[in-house]
Amino acid sequence: MDWLNYVVFSLMGLGILFTVIRFIAGPKLSDRVVSLDTFNMIVIGVIAVLALVFDSALYLDIAIVYAVLAFLETVVFARYLEGKNNDNR
Amino acid sequence: MTIVSYIFLIIGGLFFLLGGLGVLRMPDTFNRIQAGTKATTLGAFSIMIGVAFGAAAVGEWTWIPKLLIIIVFIVISNPVGSSAIAKATYQSKNIPDNLVQDDLKDRGESK
Amino acid sequence: MKYVTTFIALLLVYLLLAGFTVDEVILGSIVSVVLTLILVKRLNFKVDWKFPIKLLKFLFVYIPVFIWKLILANLDVARRVLSPKIPLNPGIVKVKTNLKGDLGKLTLANSITLTPGTLSIDVEEDTIYVHAIDVKGKTESENQANISGPFEKILGGIFE
Repeated sequence: MDWLNYVVFSLMGLGILFTVIRFIAGPKLSDRVVSLDTFNMIVIGVIAVLALVFDSALYLDIAIVYAVLAFLETVVFARYLEGKNNDNR
Repeated sequence: MTIVSYIFLIIGGLFFLLGGLGVLRMPDTFNRIQAGTKATTLGAFSIMIGVAFGAAAVGEWTWIPKLLIIIVFIVISNPVGSSAIAKATYQSKNIPDNLVQDDLKDRGESK
Repeated sequence: MKYVTTFIALLLVYLLLAGFTVDEVILGSIVSVVLTLILVKRLNFKVDWKFPIKLLKFLFVYIPVFIWKLILANLDVARRVLSPKIPLNPGIVKVKTNLKGDLGKLTLANSITLTPGTLSIDVEEDTIYVHAIDVKGKTESENQANISGPFEKILGGIFE
């Protein structure tokens, strides 16, 4: 059944690849923030699956902390965007 | 148990892929937020259920409360975060020109 | 009553994170008592004897509807993303709500974000501004019935 792990990881890796392309190409700053938010959520999923593959519960604690930090990061970037209402951004 | 786990994991991976594809393909920021938020919320939900089944298959019952906390936190925080980004996007004058209706415009500057 | 509820919530989160052993229960109780004494002045929520019934209603009526809508929303996103020319008719519409409490409005806004084709942008007094991917209704009340109707009924029974 190990080959199924490769399927799961390649699906998630393709998702990460698409968000990274949008992060690089994003025409506006807010597009980059959106892609960063999606990227963080996918990384939480990857960490949870790694916990299953390596059979170690520590990775779940990492995933919890990462989820909290990702939420903080999103809110902080949103606050930053609100302050910057220029037309050329 | 393992087979059920892999089914949920693959469904979750598929929705993550759709989320990434939605963020890449949608034409303006609000639609990107929509696709990204919905797809990744259900993707994370499904991945966590898959990991719970996989952990139960090898007898790791103590993983399930932690996975429950992750699910609850993601389901609460992801919409709030995306709503914050949407509001910030609107206020930074980055409004797409394909809206057919805009009720937020005539709200006035009542902040 | 407020003290007891805060204490139970904190202890439950601690135990879910740390695991159910005797040591952790003792330590978690001490930490939760200290945190309760610090936090309880700053929290404002009311708890009455109907709270367990509301919680059960929340778990067994709201959550299944919510998950079903979430799955529908994702199938909708999948259909839109995978079609070669993305069908769009976006707009920002106003939705009035009858819910009073902050928690009720938060839950309603979250539910709107995770239902098919809608994203809540901002919440004011009793108005939620919603970005819809496909504006169907012509008038305000039609949009309201489409977007927040089913959740408003369920949440009104729980949070009022």
